[in-house]
Amino acid sequence: MAAADAAGLGRRRAAAFVAPALLLIAGFLVFPALWTVWLGATDYRLTGFAAAEPEFTGLDNVRHALGEDSFTHSLGLTLQFVLGSAVLGQAVLGFAIAWLLRERRGALRRLVEALVLLAWILPGSVVAFLWIALLDRNDGTLNALLGTPGTAWLVEHPMAAIIVFNIWRGTAFSMMLYAAALSTVPPTQLETARLAGASRWQQLRDVVLPAIRGHVLTNLLLISLWTFNDFTPFLLTGGGPADETETMPVFIYKTALFNGELGYGAALSVLMLLVNLVIALVYVRLLRRRDPGASSGNGTGAGAGPVAAERAGAP
Amino acid sequence: MRKRTRRAAAAAVVAGAGLALAACGGSDSGGTGGAAELTISANAVAGGKNTEEAEWIEDWVIPRFEAAQAEAGVEVDVSFEPSGVDDEQYKTRLALDLQAGSGPDILTLDGIWVGEFAQAGYIEPLPEGDWEGWRHIPEAVAGLATWEGEVYGVPWGTDGRVLFYHKELFARAGLPADWQPRSWDEVLAAAGRLAELDGVTPLQLNAGTAMGEATTMQGVLPLLAGAGEEIHDGRAWTGASDGLLRVLDLYERVYGGGLGDPVLQQEAQGRDRSFEQFAEGELGILVEGDYFWRAVVNPEGGTAPMDNRDEAVGWALIPAAEPGAGVGGQDFVSMSGGSVRAVNAAGGHPELARELLLFMNSAEALTAAVEGDARITARTDVNERVLAGDPMLSFVADEVLPLTTYRPPLAEYPRVSVLLQEATGAVATGERDAAEAAGDYADGLEDVTGGGG
Amino acid sequence: MTPGRAAGAVLRYTALAAVLGFFALPLLWLAFAPFDRAPSVAASLPRFTLDNFRELLDNENAVRSLRNSLLLAAGTGGIVVAFAASAAYALSRVRLPGRDALLYALLLLSSIVTGTAAMVPLFNLAYELDLIDSRLGVVLVLSGGLLPSAIFILKDFTDTTPRSYEESARVFGASPLQIVAHIVVPLIRPGLATIAVWSVAQVWGNFLIPFLLLRSPEKSPAAVVMYTFYTEGGQPDLALISTFSLLYSLPVVAMFLFVSSRYGFRFHGGIKH
Repeated sequence: MAAADAAGLGRRRAAAFVAPALLLIAGFLVFPALWTVWLGATDYRLTGFAAAEPEFTGLDNVRHALGEDSFTHSLGLTLQFVLGSAVLGQAVLGFAIAWLLRERRGALRRLVEALVLLAWILPGSVVAFLWIALLDRNDGTLNALLGTPGTAWLVEHPMAAIIVFNIWRGTAFSMMLYAAALSTVPPTQLETARLAGASRWQQLRDVVLPAIRGHVLTNLLLISLWTFNDFTPFLLTGGGPADETETMPVFIYKTALFNGELGYGAALSVLMLLVNLVIALVYVRLLRRRDPGASSGNGTGAGAGPVAAERAGAP
Repeated sequence: MRKRTRRAAAAAVVAGAGLALAACGGSDSGGTGGAAELTISANAVAGGKNTEEAEWIEDWVIPRFEAAQAEAGVEVDVSFEPSGVDDEQYKTRLALDLQAGSGPDILTLDGIWVGEFAQAGYIEPLPEGDWEGWRHIPEAVAGLATWEGEVYGVPWGTDGRVLFYHKELFARAGLPADWQPRSWDEVLAAAGRLAELDGVTPLQLNAGTAMGEATTMQGVLPLLAGAGEEIHDGRAWTGASDGLLRVLDLYERVYGGGLGDPVLQQEAQGRDRSFEQFAEGELGILVEGDYFWRAVVNPEGGTAPMDNRDEAVGWALIPAAEPGAGVGGQDFVSMSGGSVRAVNAAGGHPELARELLLFMNSAEALTAAVEGDARITARTDVNERVLAGDPMLSFVADEVLPLTTYRPPLAEYPRVSVLLQEATGAVATGERDAAEAAGDYADGLEDVTGGGG
Repeated sequence: MTPGRAAGAVLRYTALAAVLGFFALPLLWLAFAPFDRAPSVAASLPRFTLDNFRELLDNENAVRSLRNSLLLAAGTGGIVVAFAASAAYALSRVRLPGRDALLYALLLLSSIVTGTAAMVPLFNLAYELDLIDSRLGVVLVLSGGLLPSAIFILKDFTDTTPRSYEESARVFGASPLQIVAHIVVPLIRPGLATIAVWSVAQVWGNFLIPFLLLRSPEKSPAAVVMYTFYTEGGQPDLALISTFSLLYSLPVVAMFLFVSSRYGFRFHGGIKH
C-alpha cells in the first residue's frame, strides 16, 4: 500500500493537490486556533478594563477551570452526553438501521433513509422548535401519545431528553457510514459462517465487526467529536434546569457571551481539545489492538487504514 | 451519454462554486465623494425585532438629519446598521467591532453596559455643553447614561415594573377590581385566595436561570428594593444581607406554599408560557415591566394577545415588604432599565456624530419615534404628549418612574445577576432553603469580586 | 417460510416501524404550525390559514435571506468538496510524512475554531483581511472549519477504491488530472455527494459566523434572519418563525432529494465489487 502511487502522482503533484486545502486550513483554522490558545493565557474580555489592556496570565485560567466545580460538572455532563447519544445512541442505532435495511431496496428503505437524513440536515434552530413542541409539558405530542399530560420532560429528565434528541439528530451519519461498510462485507463470508452454524450474533461478532472495524473507528471519532462540540441542546434547554444540561459548548458560550470572559472561554476550549485528544487516542488504541498488522503499516494511522488493507486482501 | 452528464455535472459544480464566490465578492468600501459618513447601529430591524425603531431611524432620522445638515452646507451620508438578535449577541458583535477600532458612529446600548464600554475606552464622556433636552430628562433616568459622575450618552427610553393582575380571576376569587397591596403579606394573601380557584396558578414571580435577566429584574431586585436594599450600594455588592434573606424567604413562601409553579421556572420557555397562561386566564398575578402590556397582551400584535386586555388586565405598584420598608423609606418600589445612545470614541466625525445623537433625542424626534407605538421615553415632555391615550403607560411614567431604581452599570453585573438567578432557582425548586441559597450566593459573589472579574 | 423466519420478519418490520415513528414524530410541528392561525409551541391540527405565508413573503429580508443562504452554501460547499477531494486523494495515494498525525491534529483543532471562544481571532482575522461584511469572508472561515472533517471522510473513501483502474489508465497514457477527473471522481461520487450535503447543511444552520462577519441586511442568510422574528423581550413570533422554518428547510430538503436521486447519496454506493 505504501509504495502504491497508482496514478503516478509524485510528491510534487501530490503537494499541489493538497495545497489549496492546506492553505485555507492554515489561514482560517490553524492560525485562529493558535490565537485562541494564546487568548486562553490572558484575562481578555470584550469590554471593561481587560478589553483595553489584557494581561498575560499564563496558566491561571486553566488552574481556575480545574479548580472550579462548574467545569468538572460540565465535563462530566458532556461525557455522559457523548457516551449516551453518540457512542451508544447514534452508532448503535445507525448500525441497526443499516443492518435492517441492508438487503432491502425500494420504497421502505428510501422512506426510512429520507426521514433519518432529514433530521440530520434541518437547521438547528428549526429542529429545536420541533423538539420543544414534541416535549412540551402541556400540549406536547409525546405527552398526548403516552397519556402523560403535565410531564415536563425537559425539566424532569433533561439529560435523557437531550440524549434522545441528539440520537434523533445525528444517527444519519452513522447509518450511512455503516450501510457503506456493510456493503463491503463479502456475502460469501456470511454464508460460510451461517453454514458452519453460527448464530446471528456470532456472525455479527466474528465476521461483520472485524471487517468494518476501520469504519467503526472513523465513525466513533467523528461523531464523538461532533457531539462533544454540539451546541444545539442549548436551544432546547438553555443549559438548564439549573445547570443539568450545561455541556462544555454551552458552558463556553455562557462564559464568553454572557459573562464576556473570552480569555477564560478560550482556555476552556483548549481544555476541551485536550479531552477530545484523549478520547481519540483511546479509540485508536481500542480499535487497533486486535489488528496489529494494519497499525504497524500505518503509523499513528487514520481510520481507513485497516479497511483498505482488508479490502485489498479480500477475494 | 453517461460520460457527458458526468462531465456536465462536474463542470456545473465548478461553475457553481465560481459563480457563488464571484457573487460573494469583496466588502463594500466605496466612498461617496466628499460626504462625511456616519453609521447608526441598534438592535432593531425593519420587519423584525423592534421594527418601529428601525423604521424610524431609516425613514425619519436619516433623511431629516441629512437634509438639515445639507441646509447648513454640510454633506453627510448616514446609514443604518440593523440587527435583530439577543441583546447579548448584539453587544458581543458591537464590542468586536469596537475593539478592532471600527464600529458604528452612534451606538445603542443597554444602560447597564455603559460602565464596561467606558472602561474599555469605547465611549467617552460627552463634552460639557448646554443641551435643552437635559431639562426634560429626570435625574434618575439620566443616571442610565452616567458612570462615575460622567455622562457618556443620552438615555432614550425607559420602563417600569408593576404587578399585573387578572381582573376576571380576581372577581372569581372575591378580590377587588382596583387592587393595590401595601405589603408582601397582602400580595401573598391575595395569591392564597386565587389558589382556591381550579386550574389557576396564583402568582408568577420569576425565578431561576432559565428566565435569565427577567428573574433579576422582575423578581429579586424589586423585592430587594422593597426590603430596603440595593444590589450595589455605590461602594460594594450586597452579599447575603438581611434584605436578600427576606427576598429568598419570600420565594420560599411562594413556591413552597403552592402559590407559584416551580416547574415553570425551570422550563426554557417558561416565561413565554407564563404570558400565555395569563392571557388564557390561568394565572392571577404577574410581576412584569410595561413591555408585558405593550408587546405581550396587546390585542394588536402582542405575542399572547388578549382581546379584552383593557378590561381584564389590572396593574398595581409593587409594595415594599411593609409600608415604609422600601429603599429610601418608600412604601412602593420598582426597577427600571432603558437604553442609551452614545458616540463611538474611535469614530471619524465625533462632532457630527454628537450632533446626530442630540438630533435623535430631540423632542420632535422622540415623538416621531413612538407615535405609532406608544412607549415610555426618557423625556417627560414627550411622554406627556404620547402616553396620554394609554392609561397603563401613563401610570408607569407618572407613578412608577418617580420611585424606581436602576441597576448598577458595572462589568460584574451580569455575573452577579446569574448568581441571584441561581439562588432563587434553588429556592423555588426546594433544593435549598433561603439561608443556604443566600450562603451559596455570597460564596459566588466572592469569586466574582475577588477572583479576577 | 419457517415460523422462525416469520417471527424474524415481524420483528424486523416492527423495528423499522418504530424507527419511522421516532424520526417522523418531531416533524409534525413543521407540518402543522405554519398553517395555523395562532400557532403555539405545541403541534396541533391547524385552524387553516395561509396568512402566515403571505405576511412572510411580504418581508423582503425573509425571501432575500434564502438567496443569501444559497450563495453562502454553494460557495462553501463548492470549496469544501473541491479542496477536500483533491487533498484526500493525494493524501490517500502518496505517503507524506506525518500525514495521519496531521489529519488528526487538524480534526481536533477544528473543534476550537467552530466554537464560541474563537470568535475574537476569527473576527479580527477577517477585519485585517478586509473581509467584514463580505460573503467571501464567511465562506472562507466556514470552509476552514469544515475542511478537516471533509478530508478525513473522503480519504476513507479514496483509500477503499481499487487502484487497478488508475494503473491501467496510466498505462494508456492518461495524466494524473485526467485520472482524477475520469476515474477517481466517478468512483467516489457518492462520497462527494455526502460531503456536499453535509457541508451545505452545516452552512445552512450556522448563525454565529455570518452574524459576526456580515453587516448589511442585504447579505444576511436565513439563519440570521430567523432570529429577527423575536420581540424586544426575546419572545418568538411563532406564526412567522414556524412559517419561516418551513421555507428555510425546503431548500436543503430539495437539495437532498436531488442529490439522493441522482447520486445514490450514500457511502461507497458507487463501487462495483
